[in-house]
Amino acid sequence: MKKLVSLALVFALAASLLISGCAKKQEQRVVNVYNWGENIDESIFRTFEQQTGIKVNYTTYESNEQLYAVLKMGGTNYDVIIPSDYMISRLIEEDMLEKLDYKNIPNAANIDQRYRGLDFDPADEYSVPYTWGVVGIIYNTSMVDEEITSWGALFDPKYSGQILQFDNSRDAMATALFYLGYSVNTTNETELSEAYTLLEKQKPILQGYVMDQIYDKLEGGEAAIGPYYAGDAQLMMENNPDLAFVVPEEGSNWFVDAMCIPKGATNKENAELFINFMCDTDTALKNMGVTCYATPVKTAYEALDEETRNNEIIFPGDDILSRCQIYLNLPQATLSLYDQLWVKLKSEKHIYILRPQRDFSLRAFLTLMACHCRYLPLLPSQNSPRKQ
Amino acid sequence: MRRRYLAAVPHVIWLSVFVVAPLILVVVYAFTGSGGGFTLENFENMGSYTSVFGRSLWLAFIATIICLLIGYPLSYVLSKEGPGMQRIFIMLIMLPMWINFLLRTYAWMSILENTGLINRLLASLGVFDLINRIFDTNISYIPMINTQGAVVLGMVYNYLPFMVLPIYSVIVKIDSSLIEAAHDLGAGSMTVFRRIIFPLSLPGVLSGITMVFVPAVSTFIISRLLGGGTNILLGDLIEMQFLGNAYNPHLGSAISLLMMIIIMICMFVMNRFGEGEEQAVLM
Repeated sequence: MKKLVSLALVFALAASLLISGCAKKQEQRVVNVYNWGENIDESIFRTFEQQTGIKVNYTTYESNEQLYAVLKMGGTNYDVIIPSDYMISRLIEEDMLEKLDYKNIPNAANIDQRYRGLDFDPADEYSVPYTWGVVGIIYNTSMVDEEITSWGALFDPKYSGQILQFDNSRDAMATALFYLGYSVNTTNETELSEAYTLLEKQKPILQGYVMDQIYDKLEGGEAAIGPYYAGDAQLMMENNPDLAFVVPEEGSNWFVDAMCIPKGATNKENAELFINFMCDTDTALKNMGVTCYATPVKTAYEALDEETRNNEIIFPGDDILSRCQIYLNLPQATLSLYDQLWVKLKSEKHIYILRPQRDFSLRAFLTLMACHCRYLPLLPSQNSPRKQ
Repeated sequence: MRRRYLAAVPHVIWLSVFVVAPLILVVVYAFTGSGGGFTLENFENMGSYTSVFGRSLWLAFIATIICLLIGYPLSYVLSKEGPGMQRIFIMLIMLPMWINFLLRTYAWMSILENTGLINRLLASLGVFDLINRIFDTNISYIPMINTQGAVVLGMVYNYLPFMVLPIYSVIVKIDSSLIEAAHDLGAGSMTVFRRIIFPLSLPGVLSGITMVFVPAVSTFIISRLLGGGTNILLGDLIEMQFLGNAYNPHLGSAISLLMMIIIMICMFVMNRFGEGEEQAVLM
């Protein structure tokens, strides 16, 4: 057995040497980009390759937390990552990012000063903003007959069975914290447990916890109300004109996704060239055309047509932004509390069919099916499903 | 001897790199904390997840039973058909498996939704008007999505082939002379089924149960898409620890380990039960 194990190890070693040897032989320069899904115009990669001769290897992730898990586990090699604000501050705190060399990123000057020096990276040492936006409530005006202005709509039993909620702890807790008037970066346990209680009460009236499934559910009229990100809201509204987007009066989350280089990236210089390329006016415009997320590149903003610039969803005005907060990284104790509460919320017992009236409808339907033949002659003929 | 040993080398390497090593990693992670060092903390915290364990096992159990109830008669009838028919049916059973698992589940979502295919069909047939008229209610759809029933349906739909195929392949290989002999000795077709066919098909049933139950316990995407994410299962819990919000691979490993042990116990008990059954019948 020992022999077998050592043999296996030798084999694995040889294989890894062989693979790395091959990679070195190729002269092709590469940059490994790890980004959110559906968050870039992939045609720009070819332009980048033509300009610099560097090939882009592109992979995507679904959430900041997934990105974190992948980086923490190690064994991967990414050169450019695009996490959100709070994750960047977490990565900085845990010493997982490289400092940027701005000599290679002259285009960083194109970035509007408004998006520089934000709290998650005060000295701009580690990150260059890529997109930004706000979180708001998307609702179907044909299913909701009032104008929604408050987070309270998400907790209103009136809309029971029509409400969607974020399927990630930070955003979901934030909806409750905003409604209660607390800071989204609070570490106060009483405030957090109050928010949790609110979410717990919300659970029975929810249709479900969703992320990108929200597209189908809202566009198809399956659900009436759900919180999501502005760029996605814009896309959904293009597909279903009945949808409306509102940034609630209690305030909301202003998020900034920024490009960073993880510690130990093997192609740091290529990564910086790529970041530089992404801050170019044309690239930014192209990306915006696909993602619908606002670009922080000032020159690109100025090149947009007036209609887009005045679009309050993509580019919310100062009055909206002034009541928004940026997520910051939370201390480890609070993060654990978030995790505990989230797992508790999601694993709690919960009866699926909620409204007695709906439960009744199901029973009524079954009874009807059973007695179908008996009742049929008694019914007005235009209502019977099958005429006899 | 030496030759045979050499032939096994690639397989052993494969197993040790991709099965044994990850298993060891899971065990190591399960018994260490985030700071490193031995701890049982991960298992002590497990108490809060009993409802998730219970629900996962229960739903997987129901799905397995339903699969068995549908799958056994299906494979039995199938094995009695002519060879051409059998080929067509087997292909039909396999056909959905050529389509991506996620996509199939996603399709169910749009079938079961409140504004989905079934509800729209019923509405256009006037069924809801009918109900509303008789019972004086005001409904416009039957809630089907985001229920435990939908989760079970998703499991049954996705894992039914894993029940049908092993049972079918065992039944089809039963020696027909045994059945003829039983008939010659005066057994009716019920007795033949009870005494000959069913006992001989038990190995297929057992492997079918295993192949449905194990993936059903650990599924996570079905409960997320069809269950609305409001009632998480073990798979969701584990996924949450590794890729989700609650990044804690140590707890995730501990849960995986416990799940593995529970499944192993279930399998062990069932296999013992199966053996006993077979012997009892043989005696």
